[in-house]
Amino acid sequence: MTSVGEMKVPPMSASRSAIRTALAGALACLTALVLSSAAASAADSGKPTLTVYTYDSFSADWGPGPKLKADFEATCDCTLDFVGLEDGVSILNRLKLEGPSTKADVALGLTTDLIPEAKATGLFAKSGVDTAALTVPTGFSDPVFVPYDYAYLAVVYDTKTVKTPPKSLADLIAGDPAQKLAIEDPRTSTPGLGLLLWMKAVYGDQAAEKWTALKPRILTVTPGWSEAYGLFTKGEVPMVLSYTTSPAYHEVEEKTDRYQAAGFAEGQYLQIEVAAALKGSKHPELAKKFLAFVISRKAQAILPTTNWTLPVRDDVTLPDEFSHLVKVDKPLLIDADTVAKNRRAWTDEWLQAVGAR
Amino acid sequence: MTQTNAAFAPDALVVDGVEFAHGGTAMHFDLTVKAGEWLALIGPSGAGKSTLLDLAAGFLAPERGRILIAGIDVTALSPAERPLSMVFQDNNLFAHLDAFRNVALGITPRLRVSREQRRAVEAALAAVGLEGYAARLPRQMSGGERQRVALARAFLRERPLILLDEPFAALGPALRSDMLDLLAALRQRNGAQPATVVMVTHHPEDATANADRVAYLEAGSIAAIGPTTAMLSGAADPRISHYLGMRTKNV
Amino acid sequence: MTTRTDRRIRIGLGIAAALLALGFLIGGVAALSTVGGAVPDLAALLHDPYIRAILGFTLLQAGLSTALSIILAIPFSLALHRSRISGKRLIMRLFLLPQALPVLVGALAVITIWGQNGLVSRGLAALGLPRLDVYGLTGILIAHVFFNMPLAARLVVAGLDRVPAESWKLAGQLALSPLAVFRLIEWPALRRVLPGAAALIFMLCITSFTIVLVLGGGPAATTLEIAVYQALRYDFDPGRAIGLSVIQIALTTLVLIAALRLGRDPMGGFGFGAKARRFDSPSPTRAALDGLIVVIGTLFVASPFVAILVSGLAADLARLVTEVAVRRAALTSLAVSLAAATLSLVVSILVLMAIEALRPAGRDSAGRRATRIGLETATSLVLVVSPVIIGAGWFLLLRQVTNVLAAAPYVVVAINAVMAMPFIVRIVGPALAEAQTHNGRLAESLGLTGLARLAFVDFPAMRQPLALAFAFAAALSFGDLGAIALFGSNDFSTLPYLLLQRMGSYRTADAAGLALILGAITVALMATVERGFTGSRERTA
Repeated sequence: MTSVGEMKVPPMSASRSAIRTALAGALACLTALVLSSAAASAADSGKPTLTVYTYDSFSADWGPGPKLKADFEATCDCTLDFVGLEDGVSILNRLKLEGPSTKADVALGLTTDLIPEAKATGLFAKSGVDTAALTVPTGFSDPVFVPYDYAYLAVVYDTKTVKTPPKSLADLIAGDPAQKLAIEDPRTSTPGLGLLLWMKAVYGDQAAEKWTALKPRILTVTPGWSEAYGLFTKGEVPMVLSYTTSPAYHEVEEKTDRYQAAGFAEGQYLQIEVAAALKGSKHPELAKKFLAFVISRKAQAILPTTNWTLPVRDDVTLPDEFSHLVKVDKPLLIDADTVAKNRRAWTDEWLQAVGAR
Repeated sequence: MTQTNAAFAPDALVVDGVEFAHGGTAMHFDLTVKAGEWLALIGPSGAGKSTLLDLAAGFLAPERGRILIAGIDVTALSPAERPLSMVFQDNNLFAHLDAFRNVALGITPRLRVSREQRRAVEAALAAVGLEGYAARLPRQMSGGERQRVALARAFLRERPLILLDEPFAALGPALRSDMLDLLAALRQRNGAQPATVVMVTHHPEDATANADRVAYLEAGSIAAIGPTTAMLSGAADPRISHYLGMRTKNV
Repeated sequence: MTTRTDRRIRIGLGIAAALLALGFLIGGVAALSTVGGAVPDLAALLHDPYIRAILGFTLLQAGLSTALSIILAIPFSLALHRSRISGKRLIMRLFLLPQALPVLVGALAVITIWGQNGLVSRGLAALGLPRLDVYGLTGILIAHVFFNMPLAARLVVAGLDRVPAESWKLAGQLALSPLAVFRLIEWPALRRVLPGAAALIFMLCITSFTIVLVLGGGPAATTLEIAVYQALRYDFDPGRAIGLSVIQIALTTLVLIAALRLGRDPMGGFGFGAKARRFDSPSPTRAALDGLIVVIGTLFVASPFVAILVSGLAADLARLVTEVAVRRAALTSLAVSLAAATLSLVVSILVLMAIEALRPAGRDSAGRRATRIGLETATSLVLVVSPVIIGAGWFLLLRQVTNVLAAAPYVVVAINAVMAMPFIVRIVGPALAEAQTHNGRLAESLGLTGLARLAFVDFPAMRQPLALAFAFAAALSFGDLGAIALFGSNDFSTLPYLLLQRMGSYRTADAAGLALILGAITVALMATVERGFTGSRERTA
């Protein structure tokens, strides 16, 4: 290389040091990343580790995950490792991507709608857990998938703007189109699919025309629950598709009864969350023990105020705020096989009705 | 030598106690250029030659002092309102316009030109020896041809004062001397007094043939000014001889 | 080392870097298609009326968004460039922020201003006028203009900044009217940058997802990207997802090629708001009009940020800042974004140097030109490959060899780095090209090669754009949700990830606070990085 020693370019020292600083900074960052990931994997030593795939709000700091982990680890002589994924659908997709070699022992957080698809993967094992005593509405039970909590879909409204909330789906459809509703997209979210099934359960073949009638009230259709609920709490829309338990969150955590759920005469659509052990698990006994633990009285008492869902046992004392929630007399649920068979067609029907310009 | 009708015509350019801070240098200029005169500005880089032209043309506003052109105070006027034309060392032409359009801009910014205007533009191009070049784009011309187009436009505008900022610096010696002759010819206007020329140059020999006076600038002010021959002999000021000596050594 | 070897090395390194970036994308897609099995049936997809309708809407909204962003950016940039107001640099800085904002946060902030119950609607209602109803194409366009008009404005101002000073002097001396100035100086400058700007914005809009769904008002507004997401996540049909992606890439390539043909300067460049000396003397009405345009444009871009600030201040910031999860996420975000920016910068510069090395002094050969265009396109196309697909593909590849969770940070860094490349190339490219024209021959005659050339010729010329590019890439990665959404976990979460998690579990106030923290760190990051590179005082190029 040619010598450039004689050239005097004063600004260079500054730029060199800038390069050096930048590179050093970047290296430090990479090292930090390596170290942190190494630290994360160094935790497994001695005790068996039970890996549970779930959705991330379940495993979040404020979710049920940390409490369940502490309680379970106190009795199991094991390490419980929650892996939080985006949502129930992501859990199933992740398992499909990983196949039989997955390191998950348990999947927790699928909804019943996903069961046919999940069974088709052949990845799940019979639970061996006795669910006979559970009080799941509609009496759902399955040899593989253990129901651990449930929630009813509901239109949640802002009492500041909605003075006469709808008392039925029919009310909602016929109501003032100036008073808007935000819903989720059935193509990309579970509550969205839930509303689609709700309409189907109530109106059957007439669902399409009811959707057309409801359309003027729909402000927008968001990709997921977060966006819709964000619009709602921002005051942009006075009604949102959420759950009957949503008001409990605001009462318990924010001490406000401003947001209320509307009980519908036709009934509320039911979402049951299930957990199951994987066939390939290296700790099948531990997995079974965990499934049994999740429906134990102790675990069930944790769920309502952390996951904002309802327990599957009737011997759990619920906080006072839960007594204000909408009482559901008519749970609606279309069986999963029917859903699996018709989902494409029903989604297309919805697209036609709501998407028509 | 220029015939002096100075008694009848007001001074072409008066720079009166103008102060201007440029970078770290505080500049101060006092200068009077008579009507019809050709003044060459020389001096080391950074002395303030271009700044002086920019002040005269209105591209820079003085912090103090006045600028008069043809006896009228133009200090507050925009470049467009000052009766002068300026030619730069480079980028005098709009790259996407042909020679004709570039010259025509001197009289009208409109797309359509009248018959008289067309004739005037063609005559201006012919006067700089560029007949038949009307349709050429700047990139299809040589550096000297481009500067000829710039001169054609400057003189087509018929302003009494022409400022040139190292207009031929990039040209070879022979071409440069041709261009100076062209400039000398162009400024002779039929019957009327020749146009006043103030030209910045790095080549003292550019001044020798044509300039009436030479001003030597250093460190933001006019250090010496006088008749060309006296100034360039180096006798006027040791600084000038130093400057000229440096130049010859370097060239 | 001879200059010829140096040139070869540069070209070789650049092509290698471009292949690395492309390989990263193609590897992901290929891995996914092996799982998806059969080759996607493109013909069937193109005949599906649902896909056709989506295709139509995707093109419509992207085309309109691009056109509108450009059309609005032109008068704004012209007015800004012409006017003598102070704070131009500040406005140019502000105009970088929308790209760094997580899209969901930006979309909600836009709604705070333009929604049914937004600021404007409430103002109208107070005057007894009907409220705005922006849901539908209007809302999509408003949000896309918010995100992209500033980008276009920066590119246009950059184009104006490159006009030679003499042109402005001539315009002043010849007393050119504003119209003549536009025709003779401004428009030719715009024409050079607009095709590149349009292509970039078109790519950004064609893959728009959250904005289209949230503001689109219903399934009538669906883009291909949504169909890709649906196919991969809800139907788990990798073949279909890849097929749709291929259609998307093909469409975009066509647009890029058209842009390359239209514009001589397809890459465009970023402006720094350097003070241009102009001598047109606008009439008072005109000056007032310019001022008004600048104020309106700046307000339009700034108002959603004010909304973020206001709702963020209402959150319990003191608690958030002391939360371990927040602090850890902030540190992770910083580490990821700095690493991604560094990687992106290195790869982009290698590609750019190859492009410059391929730019001939004399005659151009078809092969060289093709390689140059290939390199330029490679750096752009990454914008249209859906991160869902790359993410899923790399997930599959990685789990063959390692624990995916441990590899997650690297994949996120890599995806973010690749996503920032089109921007970096546009920021640094023009400066490097200029350095090449000014110093290239000198460097060659001095026999400067290798690192010496980099240090003495290339780097000093690129210093300011490099700083901006680095800051921009870091900010882009700092606000990214695409990659982290796939690979994030409680052990590896960034600020946007945390923000989305809080939003997903009723904690909207926390999310607002996090958005503010995120915005504040981004601003600080950009300022620090720019300062770190350029020294304490800004130098004007």
